[in-house]
Amino acid sequence: MSLNDFIQAAFFLIVVFLTVKPLGTYMAHIYEGSPAGLNVWLAPFEKWIYRLCGVKTETGMPWKTYAVAMVLFNVLGILAVYAIQRLQAFLPLNPMAMPAVSPDSSFNTAVSFASNTNWQGYGGESTMSYLTQMLALTVQNFVSAATGMAVLVALIRGFIQKQMNTIGNFWVDLVRSVLYVLLPLSIVFAVAFVSQGIPQTFHNSAAAKLLQTAKDSNGKPVIEQDLALGPVASQIAIKQLGSNGGGFYNVNSAHPYENPTPVSNFLELLAIVLIPVALCYSFGVMVKDRRQGWAILAAMFIIFLPCLWAGIQIEQQGNPLLDKLGVDQKASDFQPGGNMEGKEARFGIVNSSLWAVSTTAVANGSVNCMHDSLMPLSGLIPLWLIQMGEVIFGGVGCGLYGMIAFVIVAVFIAGLMIGRTPEYLGKKIEVFEMKMASLVALIPHLFILIPTAIAVLTVAGKAGISNPGPHGFSEILYAFSSAAGNNGSAFGGINANTVFYNVMTAIAMFFGRYWLAIPMLAVAGSLSAKKIVPTTQGTLPTHTPLFVFFLAMVVLVVGALVFFPALALGPIAEHLMLVKG
Amino acid sequence: MKKTHSNMTSLFEPTILGPAIIESFKKLDPRHQIKNPVMFVVLVGSVLTTGLFVQALGGHGEAKAGFILAISLWLWFTIVFANFAEAMAEGRGKAQAESLRRARKDTPAKKLIKPIYGSAYDTVSATTLIKGDVVLVERGDYIPMDGEVVEGVASVDESAITGESAPVIRESGGDRSAVTGGTRVLSDWLVICITANPGETFLDHMIAMVEGARRQKTPNEIALGILLVVFTIIFLLVTVTLLPFSIFSVDLAGKGVVITVTALVALLVCLIPTTIGGLLPAIGIAGMDRMIQANVIATSGRAVEAAGDVDVLLLDKTGTITLGNRQAVAFVPTKGVSVEDLADCAQLSSLSDETPEGRSIVVLAKEKYGIRERQTKELEAKFIPFSAQTRMSGVDLGANRQIRKGAVEAIEGYVRNAGGIFPDDLKSTIEIISKGGGTPLVVAEGKNVLGVIQLKDIIKGGIKERFAELRRMGIKTIMITGDNPLTAAAIAAEAGMDDFLAQATPETKLKLIREMQTGGRLVAMTGDGTNDAPALAQADVALAMNTGTQAAKEAGNMVDLDSNPTKLIEVVKIGKQLLITRGSLTTFSIANDVSKYFAIIPAVFVGTYPALEALNVMHLATAQSAILSAVVFNALIIIFLIPLSLFGVPYRPVAASRLLRDNLLIYGLGGVITPFVGIKLIDMILVALHLV
Repeated sequence: MSLNDFIQAAFFLIVVFLTVKPLGTYMAHIYEGSPAGLNVWLAPFEKWIYRLCGVKTETGMPWKTYAVAMVLFNVLGILAVYAIQRLQAFLPLNPMAMPAVSPDSSFNTAVSFASNTNWQGYGGESTMSYLTQMLALTVQNFVSAATGMAVLVALIRGFIQKQMNTIGNFWVDLVRSVLYVLLPLSIVFAVAFVSQGIPQTFHNSAAAKLLQTAKDSNGKPVIEQDLALGPVASQIAIKQLGSNGGGFYNVNSAHPYENPTPVSNFLELLAIVLIPVALCYSFGVMVKDRRQGWAILAAMFIIFLPCLWAGIQIEQQGNPLLDKLGVDQKASDFQPGGNMEGKEARFGIVNSSLWAVSTTAVANGSVNCMHDSLMPLSGLIPLWLIQMGEVIFGGVGCGLYGMIAFVIVAVFIAGLMIGRTPEYLGKKIEVFEMKMASLVALIPHLFILIPTAIAVLTVAGKAGISNPGPHGFSEILYAFSSAAGNNGSAFGGINANTVFYNVMTAIAMFFGRYWLAIPMLAVAGSLSAKKIVPTTQGTLPTHTPLFVFFLAMVVLVVGALVFFPALALGPIAEHLMLVKG
Repeated sequence: MKKTHSNMTSLFEPTILGPAIIESFKKLDPRHQIKNPVMFVVLVGSVLTTGLFVQALGGHGEAKAGFILAISLWLWFTIVFANFAEAMAEGRGKAQAESLRRARKDTPAKKLIKPIYGSAYDTVSATTLIKGDVVLVERGDYIPMDGEVVEGVASVDESAITGESAPVIRESGGDRSAVTGGTRVLSDWLVICITANPGETFLDHMIAMVEGARRQKTPNEIALGILLVVFTIIFLLVTVTLLPFSIFSVDLAGKGVVITVTALVALLVCLIPTTIGGLLPAIGIAGMDRMIQANVIATSGRAVEAAGDVDVLLLDKTGTITLGNRQAVAFVPTKGVSVEDLADCAQLSSLSDETPEGRSIVVLAKEKYGIRERQTKELEAKFIPFSAQTRMSGVDLGANRQIRKGAVEAIEGYVRNAGGIFPDDLKSTIEIISKGGGTPLVVAEGKNVLGVIQLKDIIKGGIKERFAELRRMGIKTIMITGDNPLTAAAIAAEAGMDDFLAQATPETKLKLIREMQTGGRLVAMTGDGTNDAPALAQADVALAMNTGTQAAKEAGNMVDLDSNPTKLIEVVKIGKQLLITRGSLTTFSIANDVSKYFAIIPAVFVGTYPALEALNVMHLATAQSAILSAVVFNALIIIFLIPLSLFGVPYRPVAASRLLRDNLLIYGLGGVITPFVGIKLIDMILVALHLV
């Protein structure tokens, strides 16, 4: 890693650190209902929303009611997104006269955006009308993120409350997440993006004369190019902030209109990790022990930083096969060096690697380089980060509640090892919590491995592969990891807009989302009903470096043990073959 | 504390070893294995590979018959070894049960026709007795069943139950009225009301407990079971999906062979937590066994486990923290009275007082002031014994001298009734004595208060260190006493306790426990009296003394046969040890998987992707020896860990963080490294023996 690389990465990390405390405190205040500026000024509006929707804010919900509200709301979202796509031809704001989206693709996209995955089997600018992009997709970008945050807040209440049978009100948590966190931040970021040249318009696409005449697939000369425009900036803001990742354009943030400058790149990158990281601090504030928040964040960074370092390092070293051919891959004043395939020249190695690692650590899934073109081992890193369960930061809300499931498992094993019934934040971890946490640990693995196995055995599954050897396997494995992990990024090579992949990934996305959220709500309900055990000298401290390290190890070991054989047949085999020549 | 009946048996006692080996084959029964999902998966794998071996014999095998047979045999061994661990633990328990059962002889019982001493009796078999029958037990007789003494006093040999050879006194009324079936009356006689039906006696409970027949899974065991099942499902998923992945990869690469089912089963068994899964039953049984060795009978495994979680320990002052008796240490006269006069009167009042306190007053008067003992008869003395109503005792000498000693309030009332006044200067003396942890005993003659005798509690030796140990475990100690708060505070401080409950009554004890529990704490207490029963019933861990009343024993969830209240510390340690052993072996089991991947994955895929040979970091000889070595290691490690699972991972009272660090280093890091060494060694042996 050169000094330049180091400075770029370090600058990003420092800015992230600086945002943790202010944003984390602000969000904690929002969810605790204590005054924090916006929630005072907009309180009448918030109340008006509840009155309009008939929400009784004073009544808390038992976990089952909360879960039903959450699932119903999301199912309605899925139906709405499906309907809008199918009917977009008859709806306004469709200047390019886009036809209806196919049923399987619509279904896939609906589940994808509701589940905060934003896996895209379609090309945005050539498939979706402006209305679909805004009303269906962008709305889901907000509410799917808010759903994750609501579930997290309910879980946190489980730790705070003493012998209560409710875990808060889903509608209130949802409204507050959108109104006070996601919307204000999106507005700020959208305006900043517009300043960098990201389009925000209802105009038809612009036409530009080509400098050089090209030929289309029929051999006819092409002299003009359509430059797709639209309400891009506003969608990009929330896509990055809400760990959605579904781009306006097909190539996502590698597109010069979606991510034109280093400044926009930096801001989009920041927006990926901003909320998930700050939520750890909010957690600490809300459980009245900030050290607990820092501890979880530290465990995440213990895994994130080596991944980041390795990612940059491997990409910068370039391809050993090219070395053998005498190609100069060293970074110099005249060239970035390293593996530049699939990368935008305006971002280079560091910003592409930073993005690849961040977007997969956080279940974001937006890309600014093609993960398919990463070196085998640096391609393994994003894949593995997803497979660890999207808990290294993870999606807004869902990353942290997934991590807390791992904390429960870690506390359980550690508790046994010190000879006490395990407890976390004063709540005893018993049979029910273990059942639910085990489900959370099991489900994503189930929906990665089984669909991958089906895909490699069926003609329809194998039809999507575009690369031979282990890389083809990696593509399929990545697709289902991304879907079940609600990430949404892809190893580009695979052709996923087929009925097979649309249906299979939709199933993986659906279960990967709700079968994690519902058990965690159950945990919230069970914890909420418990007493708080006072801390004694015999209590296992969960804020010490030892526990942080242990937690990171549990996440790593589980992720490694489950996927080692599959990874050995994919990226590891590819890497070893590459090294051998 | 002697342990005559506890098992000093070594690990490889032939009388246990032999039956255990037979038992480990009997336990191959699928109906037994299904109770343990991890081992059941191994059983299915064993059957499957055996089938594959038979198929290979017919010449259509997926691999060489010899190789499949080797894998299959070692899979069977894995189950047998796990069964052996369980059988060993059970065998050790059974050996104890056997010695207990010898105590339960079918003795003839003298069933009384009327429930009073001297009534006629029928001689019947002890097994026919039911609850409510009244029997007579005379010198040399065995007590036929558990019961309550209704009449008589006798010395009883309870060594068959407690291992303690010194006989104990059993008498009607009070806290020493419970008797246990199987013990023997050494002197005198007892009339006993039977309190248990056949099969429900204490001895029956004990036997059932040590045999593990009534062992229910504890909550933590269930939670751990869930975790192990989840790991098993995950690894099942990993290995099952590996077959399609392998087919696809062979297809893509165009070379190599698809992974065999034998190799997949081997990989599966290596990955699932067989080490902990196989040893889990043994750990639980051995934990109960250790309790018995400590001479504590727990009514459920749940109570043992709860003991490890205890936050608060309530201990009675008298007999636990202090020696049972207080001793006089000083005489403090009031103004105008000489210390010799006070000592003289104090001695007179105590001459016939046979309590330890009374005697210590006589001794002090003699040693410090040279006042010799006098004959009460010569003095025409009439002794007034202590009663709970008057809370005084004393002596009347002739008609004109009335000396009384007693509690402050009692004497104050006595003097006032006689028309005297309580001197003010004495009040400050009394307060000083109380604050110092002493008990003031006021002496008065007629209406004149003479002064105060200072009695002091003697703290038991070594008790302070034990409380310090408890504090390091994170357990708060609370002293319960009938003393006033000042005295209580001083004694609690001297003994190094965290808190105290003064002027305790059964109601205040119960209230304290409830308050603690509402605050989320887990409370343990010891008790022996009937008045302790409500508090014992409320406490999470309640250790009743064997010498205590039936009510106390029934209210508690553990009985200490040695009747030693500080035994709770042992119980806590055993509870913790049980959890630590499970946790450590789970960590070890999972950590082992890392090396097994490095043994098996390159072995099965090197044909498809030769570059994967780089993952063979142990440089195992061949693909077959790699797989076999991993399976053999996986089976043998169970045998090697049997001693650890039977004796438990040692527990030291250090801070939680340190304990976690140490155990993580030993069982986590150790669990990663050990199999690398073990598998390599086995591989070298297999090669040397030309077995692969």
